[in-house]
Amino acid sequence: MNVKTYKECKKQGIVPDILFWVGCAGSYDDRAKKITKSLINLFHKAGISYAVLGTEESCSGDPAKRAGNEFLFQMQALSNIEVLNSYSIKKIVTACPHCFNTIKNEYPDLGGSYDVIHHSQLIDQLINDGKLKVKNDQFNGKKITFHDPCYLGRANGEYLAPRKVIRALKAELKEMKSCKEKAMCCGAGGAQMFKDSEKGNKEINIKRTEEAIESNSKIIAAACPFCNTMLTDGVKSHENHKDIEIKDISELVDKVTD
Amino acid sequence: MQFLPNLLFALFFFSSIIFFLKNCKKIYRNINLARPIDRFDNKKERFFKMLMLAFGQSKMLDKPVVGLLHLVVYVAFVLINIELLEIILDGFTGKHRILAPYLGSFYNFLIAFFEILALLVIISVVIFWIRRNIIKIRRFVSNDLKGWPKSDADYILYIELMLMILFLNMNASDLILQNAPYSEMYKSYGYFPISQFFVPLYNGLSLETIFIVERVSWWMHIMGILFFLNYLYYSKHLHILLAFPNTYFSNLDNPGKSTNLKSVYNEIKLMIDPSYKIPETELENDIKFGASDIFDLNWFQLLNAYTCTECGRCSSECPATQTGKLLSPRKIMMKTRDRIEDVSKNIDQNKEFVSDGRTLLNDYITKEEIWACTTCNACVESCPIGIDPLSIILDMRRYMVMEESTASNEINAMMNNIENNGAPWPFNKLDRLNWRN
Repeated sequence: MNVKTYKECKKQGIVPDILFWVGCAGSYDDRAKKITKSLINLFHKAGISYAVLGTEESCSGDPAKRAGNEFLFQMQALSNIEVLNSYSIKKIVTACPHCFNTIKNEYPDLGGSYDVIHHSQLIDQLINDGKLKVKNDQFNGKKITFHDPCYLGRANGEYLAPRKVIRALKAELKEMKSCKEKAMCCGAGGAQMFKDSEKGNKEINIKRTEEAIESNSKIIAAACPFCNTMLTDGVKSHENHKDIEIKDISELVDKVTD
Repeated sequence: MQFLPNLLFALFFFSSIIFFLKNCKKIYRNINLARPIDRFDNKKERFFKMLMLAFGQSKMLDKPVVGLLHLVVYVAFVLINIELLEIILDGFTGKHRILAPYLGSFYNFLIAFFEILALLVIISVVIFWIRRNIIKIRRFVSNDLKGWPKSDADYILYIELMLMILFLNMNASDLILQNAPYSEMYKSYGYFPISQFFVPLYNGLSLETIFIVERVSWWMHIMGILFFLNYLYYSKHLHILLAFPNTYFSNLDNPGKSTNLKSVYNEIKLMIDPSYKIPETELENDIKFGASDIFDLNWFQLLNAYTCTECGRCSSECPATQTGKLLSPRKIMMKTRDRIEDVSKNIDQNKEFVSDGRTLLNDYITKEEIWACTTCNACVESCPIGIDPLSIILDMRRYMVMEESTASNEINAMMNNIENNGAPWPFNKLDRLNWRN
């Protein structure tokens, strides 16, 4: 893929408009890497001037902070801020709501103030501005449900942008029993992704997947790599519903634009 | 002798008020056992938030039916206080319906209005009782409410019901005495659209008996109110007062933002640059990271604990509670208050806090509960009056990780990976861009 890093851009004297913060999941997780590539495709289709940090990028510190390790979080944040400021970065887009929330809300106090947007917001803008045109009708009338990521929705009040994107695909947006402010968590946040859950009568991702199944949609749209993993695992455990696909909204848009 | 009732009234009244103020002072003292936090900025925005959430009950209407019933009880509570003013004046002066001559026909309107409110309160309270005891709505019968919290909730409904019945009963007997006529005291004042239907209940009773009924209702009503005022401190019902300061001082920041600890920032800065000077205002002796007891929380978190009325909206939205985990955000608030109360008693006995070998973490709230949280913010979002259980959970995690190092192996592995590889998984830092190939 023709993706440049800031380091490479600097050598060539190019100043990109926006940094694509890929995040750890987007960089290393096989499923999330596909989301990264879809988003890159959209950047190219829309003619966006962007670059990534590559090996200069490091964990935003969110899982450490939510697990209670404020030291590790601030160490990560301060070293990331040093890199970001060294390239005079103004605008950041990321496909991970955890990175999005942390960089947007928790970095400014530590010396890093940027205009941070979530990829669902950018895609919505690009569709609005006519830079991404829906050409293909493969989702026409198809039922798609949207799972709100906690750190995009409740934490940052963005419920509309991803929904507008789904509607732009001419799909039928089916809401789950709990959605928007009341949306149920997928179970990954707060460092839960990296540990076994405590004793209970059900896994959170199983319960959330049941709500998605009840919506009668064959596609669950996600906007967070961790939600994606949790829901994918959730669907696998429901024998009769293995045909349900979990897709990031960037993947859905990538399929119908050129 | 004729002033005896007035004296008695003054005695009851002032001793109730003094006792109430004493407990208010105790709340203030206990809240200040906690760490400071600046919540005195943005006065306008804070005032507006209080106006919307506490006065306007904007979030209560998320559940329209109970929201409306709650609004009825709340409006009645505020407005009937106007009538309470007259009752208190009557009590001190020995007059009866002292405001009536001054207000003329408006007085009739007021009394009629209060009676309608009283009826609406009775209806609402009965529905609330049915929801708790017959329909058994899940958030009202879950394990964390067993025992005193359950009885407390019912007692409050009984008291409210009694007060309204006494109020209407007082008016009904008054109406009979007005119409009799009985004495100079009972002039024809007021309009009684509801209590007039109570009148037939007294058929056959002598006017003297009805006079006694009227007086007893009057006294029980005002004493009931003074009792209720003092019951608040011992119940979950403090929210009728504390919802106002609690919403005023609530978090104005983005809900996704977890505070960055200044003490940690200063330590890191010192590590990087030994000549770094910690700002005067941030110098602390004995820095303790996170919270293991109420002393380590901030005063707003303790105010939250006093304000919580145990409605359980948080726990019914919590993904951990919903999937049968031990964690319940409501329980976090209730246990925090239990701990404050135990510390408070300890201070009352010993003049200052003498260690009892117990802490909020472990003795009241278990680590299992704290680790079950997904930090999804559903509890914070669902609270109608700005209580933030999540911040307490995060402060306790900070204590466990930074002071005790008691996180699980999995969490430690994740943190080691971040420290060494810049990612929560054991991948090589140099492979971060491999997806490009």
